[in-house]
Amino acid sequence: MTAGRSKTGRSLLLLLPLLLFLVGFFVWPLFSMMSQSISDTAVLRLLPRSTEVLAGWDRQSPPTPEMQAALMEDLKAVDDDQALGDMVRRLNSARSGFRTLMSKTTAALADPASPPVDLVSVDKRWEKPEFWIAIADALSPLTDRNLLAAVDLGRNADGHIEQLPPDQSVNRVILVRTFWISALVTFACMCIGYPYAIIAASLTGWKRDLMLAAVLLPLWTSLLVRTAAWFILLQEQGLINDLLQWLRITSAPLPLIFNRTGVIIAMTHVLLPFMVLPIYSVLITIPKNLMPAAASLGAPPLRAFLRVLLPLSLRGVASGGLLVFISAIGYYITPALIGGPGDQMISSIIAFYATGSANWGMAGALGVVLLVATLALYSVYARLSADEPGRR
Amino acid sequence: MPTRITRFAFATLAILFLVAPLVAILPLAFTSSVILTYPVPAWSMRWFIELFTADAWKRAIVNSLIVGTGTTLLATTLGTAASLGLRNRGLLLRGAFRTLFLLPMVVPAVVLGVGMQVLLARFGLTNSYAGVIIAHTVVAVPFVVVSVTGALAGIDERVELAAQSLGASPATVFRRVTLPLAMPGVLSGAVLAFATSLDEVVLTLFVAGPNQRTLARQMFSSIRENISPAIAAAAFLFIAATLLIGLAVVLSRSMLARRR
Repeated sequence: MTAGRSKTGRSLLLLLPLLLFLVGFFVWPLFSMMSQSISDTAVLRLLPRSTEVLAGWDRQSPPTPEMQAALMEDLKAVDDDQALGDMVRRLNSARSGFRTLMSKTTAALADPASPPVDLVSVDKRWEKPEFWIAIADALSPLTDRNLLAAVDLGRNADGHIEQLPPDQSVNRVILVRTFWISALVTFACMCIGYPYAIIAASLTGWKRDLMLAAVLLPLWTSLLVRTAAWFILLQEQGLINDLLQWLRITSAPLPLIFNRTGVIIAMTHVLLPFMVLPIYSVLITIPKNLMPAAASLGAPPLRAFLRVLLPLSLRGVASGGLLVFISAIGYYITPALIGGPGDQMISSIIAFYATGSANWGMAGALGVVLLVATLALYSVYARLSADEPGRR
Repeated sequence: MPTRITRFAFATLAILFLVAPLVAILPLAFTSSVILTYPVPAWSMRWFIELFTADAWKRAIVNSLIVGTGTTLLATTLGTAASLGLRNRGLLLRGAFRTLFLLPMVVPAVVLGVGMQVLLARFGLTNSYAGVIIAHTVVAVPFVVVSVTGALAGIDERVELAAQSLGASPATVFRRVTLPLAMPGVLSGAVLAFATSLDEVVLTLFVAGPNQRTLARQMFSSIRENISPAIAAAAFLFIAATLLIGLAVVLSRSMLARRR
């Protein structure tokens, strides 16, 4: 079968460039993000000698002179202030008091006039095993700290997983908010999109074309343009407030922007096409005589809808809803521009950790949470739409 | 019949909701005022002039064209080749390849952005056109794959077999039969790739330096920092381009349909 083999070979050869490209610039970035979230080399990198010596320590007895000497050597060798800062921050988060202890110690080590004999002579705290345990624990190159912190969990001194104190528990609030906003947007899209698709599918000719064009035009228009349009419309002197006051519905401008209302309105507008199109594509496959048949058998319109149209179109509604929800949980631009500080979703927090505070570990960990949620929902969506007959 | 009136009212309101925001900002592109509100005091072209003369905007437009062209070429080449490869039904793991090729559409842009920044920094590609083009190509390529595989699925394989039986070499069959038949799909894939690149903000935020600010990135930061009617002018250009491209696609489709 040389012909068959050469055909397979040719197909693979054609696939290969894109495959390599995506493995290099899509799969690999995602993996390096994941590895950022579990890698923890801030301490290990700076303390190579201590790592060797601490490996033989029993974690109970007082620190030996060798351990102190090794740590002193390591600290003297550090010439990168930023790396030192990272290490101190990491150690201080494991055991408070490290910040003052380290600055005192490095200052003493840097004093050329009277170099300290050992660390205990610099500060009595170096006698306590707790501080050495913190260092020993921080030497592992892998950590689950960021992943746990992404869902507001942490390890206590004994290594058991527990809730972080409320003042550090912000991520769960943001996760819940992300899912809540997405659910509201999905619901709003369903309320508008489902009847819209039913009406469009029941029409013919130019009326149907008009309704479809009204969905496709925003879909093809730049997301940024649509967000900018809502920004302009929703502002205090924007068209919507002008209109409401002109109609005497309100006397003062309503706050529509930089709050939840604005985010929901704008995101519903942006995502509505993703709801309408899957439902529409299912509806047009349903024979048109089913509803009249139900009516002729005596079913009132509501009952006919509940017993005939709804069950038949449910798959379209489910895949449209999933598509909107999946897109909504990853949204960044619209909440960033239309929302206030209380409407920022998980993507904004990831962007903040990554670009604002350069905390790649936390950005990666929250990214993993968002990625897992998205892929899990997408696999459900893919299964739903896999055997869809009228799929585009 | 009241239901008919409610249906009509609902459809009208929904169409208004979908289209009105896009229409409402168009006149603001021609305002003479420095603020983005109605009523427009007088009409002027000052914001279009600003768009094409102010350094930041001019540069952003040029950058968008550079990045968009690069992305379109790269994504169309890679995506078309891969779609041709995917045609082979006997291929092992065909479904897995297809899923991988479409996955960049699903993964949230911020997640990809974080990973991309870490990776490109390792290669020293941050703050370079190559980095931005690579990032945009990753998210643009699924559109090419969807569009070209769709076009290829519509080709009657007997036509190719007929050409082959008449003595055409595989290369000739591809050049004279397959490619011309798939061309509408390739072209619409290319248009979609360009449009994706033009609209991409999030990856650009992570990957691009100040010298690669694209038009979308510039719009994003000016909405955030100092909103001016230049935004409306840029939006006007976007919407006009969308309508023109849409019109071109519709016209080319109907022309192709007539040719058949």
